Amino acid sequence: MAKILSNQALSQGFYLIKVRERNQVHMGQFYMLRAWGQYPVLSRPISVFDADGETLSFLYRVVGEGTELLSKLEPGEELTLDGPHGNGFPLVKGRVALVGGGAGIAPLYLAGKTLKARADVEQVDAYLGFSGESILAEEYEKAAHSLKVNVGGFITDDVDPREYDAILTCGPEIMMRVLYQKCRSLKAKAPVYVSMEKRMACGFGACLVCTCQTDKGRRRVCVDGPVFLGEEVFGHE
Amino acid sequence: MSKRLETTFAGVPFKNPVALASGTCGFGRELGEYFDLERLGGLCSKGLTLDPREGNQGVRIWETPSGIMNSVGLENPGVRRFLAEENPRMNELDLVNIVNLGGHSMEEYLEAVELLNRAKLDILELNISCPNVKEGGMNFGVKTRVAREVVRQVRAICRHKLVIKLSPNAEDIVALARACQEEGADGLSLTNTFLAMAIDVDKRRPVFENVYAGLSGPAVKPIALRMVHQVAHGVDIPVMGMGGISSWRDALEFMMAGATVVQVGTGSFMKPDLALDVIDGLEAWLEERGIENINEIRGSV
Repeated sequence: MAKILSNQALSQGFYLIKVRERNQVHMGQFYMLRAWGQYPVLSRPISVFDADGETLSFLYRVVGEGTELLSKLEPGEELTLDGPHGNGFPLVKGRVALVGGGAGIAPLYLAGKTLKARADVEQVDAYLGFSGESILAEEYEKAAHSLKVNVGGFITDDVDPREYDAILTCGPEIMMRVLYQKCRSLKAKAPVYVSMEKRMACGFGACLVCTCQTDKGRRRVCVDGPVFLGEEVFGHE
Repeated sequence: MSKRLETTFAGVPFKNPVALASGTCGFGRELGEYFDLERLGGLCSKGLTLDPREGNQGVRIWETPSGIMNSVGLENPGVRRFLAEENPRMNELDLVNIVNLGGHSMEEYLEAVELLNRAKLDILELNISCPNVKEGGMNFGVKTRVAREVVRQVRAICRHKLVIKLSPNAEDIVALARACQEEGADGLSLTNTFLAMAIDVDKRRPVFENVYAGLSGPAVKPIALRMVHQVAHGVDIPVMGMGGISSWRDALEFMMAGATVVQVGTGSFMKPDLALDVIDGLEAWLEERGIENINEIRGSV
């Protein structure tokens, strides 16, 4: 059980919850969160927004009963965590673009912070797209060398993939697919690492409800992913 | 651990009566990172089919009050890869290795059983809740006549202990259970998931590409318990009970209703080591009451 340090309401139904929990998390990994008994049945898979070894933060949006219950938690209460799960983003080099949409911006904060601190990373540019208003822009500005926010439009229009050595993306599948296709049509050399989101049950690789189609057959998003190469998941389409 | 939880199912000794249900624990690899699998009485493999299957497209899981609906569609590596890559490791574990097999035609069932005949395993659990492609997709486990024919033909060639996993969608589950017994099944397990549905009202279409999906979890427990009670009282072969077991109290209910062994399925999604809580809870309950063995309470209701 992890003690809740804060659970802050942002705008647009987003919340940022911080808990005390020892960890060795890699950017792009997630935990299964639970703060209830038998109902809802399933725990909620939520990406790590930030981690410092002693604490973990999760950015989530209230979309259903589970996240609604999470949003009601008060500091001092406890959260059951299972994780970290998944492969996370690879330690890429050179010039890097982070492209996020909606709640998919969550893992890109730790990704930016981690990559910006690395000697072999020259540049980290964050591109965040929102349908309503933007959130946490000041924080993302610190986690990258530059930040571009797009509200109401297509964030993929703002990215020129030819400027980068690697692209990390997380958000609606349609956004990630468009970004991958843009890279391909512009013949950009940067690999696109996409963080897939699927409904999950076990979170540990046994139930196969979260598998996605790849060029190597079905793969489990929870343990084989959530990060795949764009061509693995979109290249065969 | 004492001998209080030791039992025998169709001649197969179980060190305790708690197994993990098919489809909720893979082949045990992943849960082995959470706890010592050898504390379990048994483990049922992910449902296998003769050939590998990629499973269903679209949404595969949906929550409902106190339950989940799933439509995985038997994604699995096929019997041959299972025998090469998973079965030897499952046999090395000190637990009852239950291999679950499904099929979409009689020929598919029989060919898979022939392959499994050459392998070592403790129990073959036959999933008859699959759609029969030759009968318009109707599940083999609905009509007694169809289920009887599958069990008869599989029994004729199967050299393993044969447990038939019953569908709660059977038109008469007690009659179907008796037919399984008459055809030589060594035991029964029930219930599989309940045929269910969800509609996305914004899109005005079913949530699942297959329209219907299988409901499990605490929501089905009272109905599954009633079916276990009816079946256990209607046959002489032993019964494995399951359906929404989420605590040791739930497990005791199934055993008092007549189950010799229980399976924990969806409950492992709430807490990966829930089966261990069930085992510890059963042991403590018996000890507090000075009951020597779990079999003393079986079928007591």
